[in-house]
Amino acid sequence: MSKVLMKGNEAVGAAAIKAGCRFFFGYPITPQNELPEYMSRELPKVNGTFLQAESEVAAINMVYGAAGAGARVMTSSSSPGIALKQEGISYIAGAELPCVIVNMMRGGPGLGGIQPTQADYFQATRGGGNGDYRTFTFAPASIQEAVDLLIEAFDIADQYRIPALVLGDGMIGQMMEPVEFNEPKQRPLPKKDWITTGTGGKRKPNIVNSLYLDPDELEEHNMRLDKKHKEIEANEIRYELYNMESPEIVLVAYGTTSRIVKNAIAILKEEGIEAGLIRPITLWPYPYGVFRELPKSVKALLTVEMSLGQMLDDVKIANEGRLPVHFYGRAGGVIPVPKEIVTKVKAIMGGEQP
Amino acid sequence: MSVVFEKTHALTDAHFHYCPGCTHGIIHRLVGECIEELGVLGDTIGVAPVGCSVLAYNYFDCDMSEASHGRAPAVATGIKRVLPDKTVFTYQGDGDLASIGTAEIVHVAHRGEKITTIFVNNAIYGMTGGQMAPTTLIGQKATTSPYGRSAEHCGMPLRVAEMLATIDGAAFVERVSVHDPRHVKKAKKAIMNAFKCQLEGHGFGIVEVLSSCPTGWGKTPEEALEWLVENMIPYYPLGNLRDPWKEKSDEH
Ligand SMILES: Cc1ncc(C[n+]2csc(CCOP(=O)(O)OP(=O)(O)O)c2C)c(N)n1
Ligand code: SF4
Repeated sequence: MSKVLMKGNEAVGAAAIKAGCRFFFGYPITPQNELPEYMSRELPKVNGTFLQAESEVAAINMVYGAAGAGARVMTSSSSPGIALKQEGISYIAGAELPCVIVNMMRGGPGLGGIQPTQADYFQATRGGGNGDYRTFTFAPASIQEAVDLLIEAFDIADQYRIPALVLGDGMIGQMMEPVEFNEPKQRPLPKKDWITTGTGGKRKPNIVNSLYLDPDELEEHNMRLDKKHKEIEANEIRYELYNMESPEIVLVAYGTTSRIVKNAIAILKEEGIEAGLIRPITLWPYPYGVFRELPKSVKALLTVEMSLGQMLDDVKIANEGRLPVHFYGRAGGVIPVPKEIVTKVKAIMGGEQP
Repeated sequence: MSVVFEKTHALTDAHFHYCPGCTHGIIHRLVGECIEELGVLGDTIGVAPVGCSVLAYNYFDCDMSEASHGRAPAVATGIKRVLPDKTVFTYQGDGDLASIGTAEIVHVAHRGEKITTIFVNNAIYGMTGGQMAPTTLIGQKATTSPYGRSAEHCGMPLRVAEMLATIDGAAFVERVSVHDPRHVKKAKKAIMNAFKCQLEGHGFGIVEVLSSCPTGWGKTPEEALEWLVENMIPYYPLGNLRDPWKEKSDEH
């Protein structure tokens, strides 16, 4: 297939339709509006349904209803909107419904701004809703990857009956890049024999529910979810290693930031400093394992984020106290430039303490 | 011996957990009877609320979904949009529908969503222990209005049926009560019509059912029904506010 030049938000919409998504419920918020707009335009052409909900709270609950009725369904928003969706996401996780949720992050807290950040890492990986649950989280670094991962997110959601989050940022949503729509890899998916489509008088009623009043039953449910989470941790961790043969320092970055870091690594190379990159592609489950197999040459780690250090926690957990862990971040929608990162690396090489 | 009366097949054999004298049970039965008599039980998906009727999904013998507090109309919207040919209903209390879920119910009506809502107004939050609801009457004591509800402090009780009847997409709106057999019969007719409104594709249908909460009100079951008649009905007048068939025939 040939490549087409597309805006990130629209490409994600096209990928969803390609993945068989036929229902989309959303509410406008910058910088992801082109996605619901695209769906409102394109879904009717494939007999799908786009509905603009009255709020993010309603949108995610419509997703809950549609997923329970067996549909491939998606919603998207940006940070404050995802905050509102957290109630529904917790219920979706509790009821074990598959769906895909796109967050094109913007600056916060509160109303914040509309420029790209990565300040919803905690919200995505630790959960902003109540209870012991996880949301599967992909963090694409390019529009091509956003498209590929989005298609896969639907399968992962279906396979494990879990909400799958695609965590981009305003940059991924707004920029244009050439993309190719590849045929989705087929994985064997379980039959949806639990959905509520009417019994037809032929089977016992199905119930979509997250309430367990008996604590023993709820614990059992929590244990079942935990088992599923462990299965995902065993099977679905994704990351990229870049320039990792014998670096002196390893940078850790995801999404948009990882591209800026790659530019910084090129500049450093010219100046004779070997720096590598670990780029988590799944933020939950997190690629903790790769930090155990770093080359002996590595003297320090540097986490770079468009936040004030949220993924930093995971890097510290992964590092298990072996190497000094440094941090460089910009917040509020300010995008770090390679030069700043180069300066930071040099300072570390010059003996700066974390 | 011949059977003269049977429980509706639309309800399971599970025992209701409702307090003695609570009319949630009667309302469940009416909803079940209507679904059964319309012959749509196998094609029905119900949405249960948060509140005393949170376990409704165990009682109706059809596919059920449990919604978060107040969001049943949004959940029902998702279901109905995926399954436009199925019958979808929500069963909601006044805390659920008239407080945390006001936006969702207004907009499900506003969109003319083809679902049916059974709205149980017992003027109190039963499940959480008798706190004030938006529907609690002036002067009525509740655990969070211990001196009696005052309009100056927290507004007049919300008349949901009247409010929704102002919305174009609300095709069927009626308020009924279940305090005696005659009214139970009327309530059933209204619920039947609210479902027919959906089956005929007119738009959103809601029946507000005045219901008793002897436990929350601190009354015996009998006193509670008397209190409902004397206090609730004057403020929440019974009757039909919108009816797609009447409105159609009025045009001629
Ligand atoms: C988000 C959220 N807030 C609060 C609650 C607690 N809660 C459970 S039931 C209820 C009140 C329900 O009252 P109503 O809808 O009137 O139903 P009733 O119990 O009177 O039948 C509340 C506040 C909850 N479950 N979820
Ligand atoms: S608390 Fe009130 S509404 Fe709830 S079951 Fe008891 S009587 Fe019914």
